[in-house]
Formats: sequence, structure tokens, C-alpha cells
Amino acid sequence: MSAREEILDRIRAALSDQPAVPPVPRDYRRTSGLDAQALVALLVDRLVDYKANVFVEESDGVSGRIGGLLAGAGQFVIPPGLPAAWLAFDTEPARAVVDSLESPLSIARLDAMDAVLTSSAVSVAETGTIVLDGSADQGRRAISLVPDHHVCVVPVESIAGILPEALQRLDGTRPLTLISGPSATSDIELERVEGVHGPRRLDVIIAV
Amino acid sequence: MSQVSLGMPKIASYGSGNLFATEPFPQAAHRELANTQLRANLGHATRTIREKRIGVVSELPDWEELREAGSVLKQQVMADLPRLLVQLEENVTRRGGTVHWARDAQEANEIVTGLIRAEGATEVVKVKSMATQETGLNEYLEEQGIAAYETDLAELIVQLGHDKPSHILVPAIHKNRTEIRDIFLAGMAGVDPELTDDPRQLAMAARTHLRRKFLTAKVAVSGANFAIADSGTLAVVESEGNGRMCLTLPETLITVMGIEKLVPTFQDLEVFMALLPRSSTGERMNPYTSLWTGVTEGDGPQNFHLVLLDNGRTAALADEMGRSALHCIRCSACMNVCPVYERTGGHAYGSTYPGPIGAILSPLMTGIEAEENNSLPYASSLCGACFDACPVKINIPEILVHLRGKDVDAQHAKRKLPSQMDVGMTVAKVALSSGRNLGLAEKGLPLGKLAAGPDRLIKRLPGLAGGWTQSRDIPAPPAQSFRDWWKKEHVPTADTAAGTGENA
Amino acid sequence: MKIALFATCIVDAMFPRTAKATVTVLERLGHQVVFPAGQACCGQMHINSGYFDDALPVVANHVAAFSHGDYDVAVAPSASCVASVKHQQPMIARHCGDAALENRANAVGAKTYELSQLLVDVLGITDAAAQLGSYFPHTVTYHPSCHGMRLLRLGDRQLDLLRTVAGIDLRNLAEPDQCCGFGGTFSMKNADVSSAMLEDKVATIEASGAELCTGGDASCLLHIGGGLSRKGSGTATLHFAEILASTMAAPVSVSGEVEQLTGRGRS
Repeated sequence: MSAREEILDRIRAALSDQPAVPPVPRDYRRTSGLDAQALVALLVDRLVDYKANVFVEESDGVSGRIGGLLAGAGQFVIPPGLPAAWLAFDTEPARAVVDSLESPLSIARLDAMDAVLTSSAVSVAETGTIVLDGSADQGRRAISLVPDHHVCVVPVESIAGILPEALQRLDGTRPLTLISGPSATSDIELERVEGVHGPRRLDVIIAV
Repeated sequence: MSQVSLGMPKIASYGSGNLFATEPFPQAAHRELANTQLRANLGHATRTIREKRIGVVSELPDWEELREAGSVLKQQVMADLPRLLVQLEENVTRRGGTVHWARDAQEANEIVTGLIRAEGATEVVKVKSMATQETGLNEYLEEQGIAAYETDLAELIVQLGHDKPSHILVPAIHKNRTEIRDIFLAGMAGVDPELTDDPRQLAMAARTHLRRKFLTAKVAVSGANFAIADSGTLAVVESEGNGRMCLTLPETLITVMGIEKLVPTFQDLEVFMALLPRSSTGERMNPYTSLWTGVTEGDGPQNFHLVLLDNGRTAALADEMGRSALHCIRCSACMNVCPVYERTGGHAYGSTYPGPIGAILSPLMTGIEAEENNSLPYASSLCGACFDACPVKINIPEILVHLRGKDVDAQHAKRKLPSQMDVGMTVAKVALSSGRNLGLAEKGLPLGKLAAGPDRLIKRLPGLAGGWTQSRDIPAPPAQSFRDWWKKEHVPTADTAAGTGENA
Repeated sequence: MKIALFATCIVDAMFPRTAKATVTVLERLGHQVVFPAGQACCGQMHINSGYFDDALPVVANHVAAFSHGDYDVAVAPSASCVASVKHQQPMIARHCGDAALENRANAVGAKTYELSQLLVDVLGITDAAAQLGSYFPHTVTYHPSCHGMRLLRLGDRQLDLLRTVAGIDLRNLAEPDQCCGFGGTFSMKNADVSSAMLEDKVATIEASGAELCTGGDASCLLHIGGGLSRKGSGTATLHFAEILASTMAAPVSVSGEVEQLTGRGRS
């Protein structure tokens, strides 16, 4: 008998008492009821707590803010579908390097990039979580991982109050990355240290 | 190796690998307790994490509702496991992944080795995985000439120190910063000899040490925190980014996962992702969670293998009282609040799974009679802190007591002569099963008073009871029991003297 | 109200003063206390040690002793034993396949209260000084028992009663929710770990600066008291029932022969 059949048989035998299960009680909060202003305030609070750098900008201020944050950087990687307006600051000679599924940068090339600039799919205010889903304005998972500095734009309409609301807006079969602050470890005496293997600097621009 | 199932009900196929206490818990605990540095490290670390957990749990108004939903969801998963596993397999396969099934630790190790060889690789990067810790994969790979590099900081500390993990979340919790610095200086090639014990510096040393490995690895091995049946999606919850590195950059990804890790739907993550980070690291959310479904063209590994591991899980599932131990989402909250774990550390439990959950999970997966695993259910004062902390409401104290019952039955079936404990329990049964008998036994109280002597304390008892008097006195018993006093001397106060107060 | 006292075996044999104090408090409130003579033990020691078959006659005895129905509620000065009556006794009956006993055990469990539960929830006591005349001019620290906290969810019932005792000087206990390490036969089977837990509990009690450590479970107090005594500490243990029973007219003294003191403490 194959391992598959044998394990499934074992499970069926183990469940021969046919355990009865009640329906799942969904009495926890599934909506937050927060308005846009409250969502932004909460998200900012949580991101700052994780030691991310957070900026709230009107749409016409986004490009300038990005430019400021990347002022010290040389080349930085961008996904193929980033809104052109955000790159207005990147005048000749352009420092942005496009990575796409069709023409991906090598890992070594990504490692040589000083930063990465992406948008984001959904955010969760209550937990300070930003979700990337690989859409054209966010790119492959590798680009937001290998460079040491991630500048991430969060469009205000993409902010959900709590996790259930955020998950409803996502397609679970896309490659998803949930980011809550820069990489961190608590492995030494349970003391949190920000910045390990993932980007050590996370700048978040909330575009309102 | 497991026994061959004949398709008959409830013939347990027990697990193998790193699931065993190799010496009785009290003996192991005795040794670990003597390590004062260990106790100080653990006390500091568990206290820190306990406070953080309480902080983030108490800010959620619906924590109890989330726990209840998590508990019932997991009950549902267990009751419907065959269907959900097949559904997961179909979805992973449809999305370009390959699913393998492993009856036990040995079979899982062989499957993984075969997959690594097929890629022509001689080294792999690993993201912390309890399942491969349980199967002893690293040691097996080493025998096969394949180098496995642990990339989680704590796992790296353990690996470089030729040590064993002692905690499921923070495997090096038993080491303090200075000890970690010394391990890095001794075992990390090319490390700065001026390295201090500042946690930030230590983390940076690990980053430098591992970065080249991440960027060049061809094959990664991971575990999984959740597998979503209705989409075929896998999830890894982590902090450092080593998980993202392993799950994103190599060409081939091999994920080894226990068959109990399923959740029915993507939306159900709203429960578990609320419960896990807060219970685990005491954060509102962990820094990184990666979710992937099979293979995504042009993004991440292009070969994906999922190994579904039994290794005693079906034996645990067959135990109606104990099966909820499989609800465990490996958060480690139970060990962080456990007064026994806090003092002995994880090594005393022998198994990959220490602490309260380990004390039930290990014997459930191996059978109560395997090696010294029958000593594990007694490694608890039944204080109940673990049950309160468990995000999926596993009633650990109740299962501990259930397993003690199984142990006593197993011992009685084996033994011809009663043990000291058996004799004590039989005597106590007689004394305590009628008021008359207890009353008669209490006639002996003045003897105890006599034995206590002029300082009115009993300082040394023989046999098992000697465990008590090693650190505690017993007060001299009273000259008269309450029962006797009630019968002979109690006079109800005037306004309540409606009845004699005595009956039966 | 007619209240059946479940003294518990440990209090009956080792700490009669705690049971006497319980009777004193309830009679002072004008209630009639009865003592079902058939009672012995809740069975917890056997159950927690895994001796389910041996526990059965102990459980059956308790259920028989408290099934006569000639009382309104039952009370015990022990959270641990009450939790066993409520939760473990039906479990043992079920385990041994005795459905009739399980039903009766559930009925007994439903009528059984821990002392502070009875005083606060049923008898409406909110002010021990005013309603019970409790007076206890000593420094006291309070250790909440694990089973009181986590199995019965007593919350602050015992502590709130103590706070309202006249003259009492309550001292904070650090890490109060940490187990003292008793755990029944755990204290013998895993004596080293148990001792390590006790050592820390004793240290926090001594650091509180109190003369006495009180609580609602005689078994924990026996354990803690044993550790304090071995250490030669000046701090002793006393059940909270005795503090409630103590009055201005008949104070419980905290030095000398404890047994006699308890006698004097009765009104």
C-alpha cells in the first residue's frame, strides 16, 4: 500500500468514533468600523512602534518624499507597473531599474541595488501590516527582499482596519508577503532587535 | 519504522525520530536545575515574553472569541482530515507542486534526500521547522553527505554550538548573550574577533555569515505554519527574513509539514494570524509572513515539493481525550508560562517538543510506553497556566491527567508486584472511601503529633514521601480531627440551633 | 440557609481550625451548618496521580455523602477540592462507565461552592468587617491558588473579602499567579522541580514583609508553610477563613499554639 493510502487509512481508523463538531463560532470582530482618518492614525502608530519610518503625504507630495528618502541611494529597483507620477523625482540620469517577470534581474544584481520602491496591495491598521501580492506595482517577491532599504507606498484606500477585512480583499493564491515593520529577531534573550536578513530599513509613505 | 496498518480501527502507528525522553524527567530535571546560569537565562527570557504576551493579548477585546473560533476550527480540521488532506493535495498539484506522503521520520528523511539529490545539490538552506527537527533531518542529511544550514538566528546558535534546541520558538533560549557571543567567536568562520555581546551586533554577524548562502542556495527546506486546504496555499510565519530568503530565492523548495497543520479556508487565517503572533513573540504581528500556492511562474522557486508527515500524529488522533493536542499551532505560549519549564528548560523533556505541550504530544505520538515518555505527563503541578495561555484552548492539564491514567494502567498490566505508589494509593483508597474509615485513620493523628516531637515539626519521611521532606517540614497533626470535634464538641450558635447539624 | 460543610480530608485531619472557622463564619451569619458524616475526600489525589480505578470508590463515597439533598448548598474551604467535585468527579464516573454516578456527581457539583464563592455570590458579603465582624490587626500577604484562579475563576473574591477585614494590613505579593509547586504527588514525584518553585514562592512571600501568608487552599498553605518552616522563616501561613472568623472580641492570635488559637478565634 502507498504511504498516501496508508496514512489516509490510519486517519479514518483514528476517527472511527466519528467526533461531532459544533459550527465555528465567529463571534470575534470581523469589521472595525473605523473611518479613513482613524485608519491612517492607527496604521501610523503601529508602524512607528515597529520602528518603520512613516510619512503621510498628499498625492502630489509622494514623488518628492520618495525622492528625499532615496536621495542617498544609487540605483534602486522598481516593479514594472509603478505609477509614473511617483517617479517624477527620478530625473536624468534615471537611477530606477525595472525588474519584471519577463526580464528579471539576477540575484547578484538585486544585491547590488541600494533600495527598492514598491506600492502595496492592502494594509491592516490594527496590526501595522502591509501586504504585497505580486501585482505589477509591487513586483516579484525577490525585489522587495534582497535590497536593504524598502520604500513602500500605501495608498489610503488600501488600508483595512483589521485582518478579516484585509483578507477579504486579497486573492490567497497569489504569492503574498505580509510585512509588519523591518525584519527583526527576538532570539537573543527575547530582546527585539530590528534589522536582520530582510530589509533593515523600511520607509512607508501613506498616500492620502 | 512504523508497523504496517491492516486497515483495522485504532491500531496506533507510533512516531519515531526525536520524540523521546531518554531518561526519566525527574532525573533530567535534577541535572538541569543544578545549572544556575540556565535557570537565570530562562527566568529572564520567559518573564520578558510573558509580559509582552499579556500586553498584546489584553488589547484585543475579542481574544476569547478568537480562541474559541480557533479551537473549533481545529476540531473541524481533525474531524474532516482525510477530505481536507486530499483537497490540499489536489490544489497543490493543480498549481504545479508535488505532494509526497511520509509514514514516519525515516520515510520523510529519505524523500527529502531523494529530492535534494535529484537537483544535484550537496547543500541546502533551512528555515526553522519543527517537523524536520522531529525527524532528525539535519543529522540524516549529514550522513548522506548533504550539508544543511540553519538560517534562523536561534537555530544557527544551536547548530554552531553543537547543541540541541530547548524551546520551539526560541531554540537557544537557554543561552544568554555572552554565551552566544562565545559560540559565534568559536564557530563562525571569518567573524570579527572584536564582536561584543550586544544583541544587535550578534544579529548583524549572523546576517553577514548567512547572506552568501541565501544568495547562492539552489535548494531550501522549510516547515509550514499553515496549509490552506481549499486553495493549496502554504504559510510560513517568521521574523528575520531568513524565511523569505529560503522561500523566494532558491530554485527548489521542499516543505515538510505535519498532517495536522491544515486550516479549511484562506479566510480562516483571520483567526490564526490573530492568535499566533500575539501568543508567540508577543507582537501584534510578526515581521514577515509568506504565503505561496504551488509554483508562480517567474516568482520564487519553480520546483515545489510538499511532504506530508504522519510520524505518530494518527496515533495521537486515535486518542479521543488526547487528540486536541494536534490543535497546537506551535506558538510556545504554554512553555513560556509553565513554572516547570521555566526552571528545567527544554532539554529535560528529551523530545523536540518540550514544555506542557511536549509533555502530552510526545507520549501521544510515541505511545505512553515508549522509552521514558511515561515520565513526561507527571512533569506538571497541574497549575493550569498553560491552558489559560493556549490560543487554541488545548486543555493540557486534563490531557496530562488522562495520560497519567494510561500510564498507571500500562504499568499495572506489566507489573507483578505493586509499586510503592500503588500501595500508597490502595491504602488511601480504603481510608478515603468512607467517612467511617477516615475517622478511624484519624485516630492515629496523636501518633503523628508524637512523631513530630517537641518542635512540632516532621522533618524527614521515608520513601516517596521523602521527596516532600527534602525541602519542607510537615506541621505536627492536631490532637483531634475536625470530624471528631464536630461530633463531640460542636454546639451551634443559638440562632442557628434549628437542627442538630448532624446527619447520616 | 442550610449549608453542608465539605471539610475536605486534609482540613479534617490536619487543619481542623480551618473547618471550625468556616463553621463560625457561616453560623455568625445565621445559617445552619451540617456535616454529612459519610464524607471523606474528593478523590483528587488519586485522579491526579492517574489512579482512576482507585478513585472511583472515593468519588462514589463523596457523591453518596452529599446526595441526600437535605441541604441548600455545600461549601468547602478549598478551591482545589471544589474544582475536583465539579469537574473531576463526573469525569471519573464517565471514565468508569457509570452514567448514574455521573449524573449524581454533576448534581452534587452544581450545589457545591468554594467558601468565597458562597460568601460573595450567594450570601452577598461585600464587607467582612461590617457583615462578619472580621478584625485581624496583622500584616498579611495573599497567595491565590492555581485552582482557585484557573479552575473556579474566583478572581478577586478572596482578596476582596480580606481587603474589607478591619485592621488588616495587606501586603502585595510579587508574581502572585505563580504556582507554589505543590501539585499533589507532583511534590514527591518531581520533588526537585517542586522545591525550586517553592523556593521562589517563599522568597516573594518573605519579600512582601508580611507576618502571614494567607490563601484559600489548605494544601498550598501546607506546602508553603512547610517551606517557610524549613527555611526558619518568621512568616507563617493561615487560611483566609480563619482571618474572616477573627473578631475584636475573639481575635485569632498569630503566635503560640495554633490549634488553641483557632479555638479561641471562634465566636
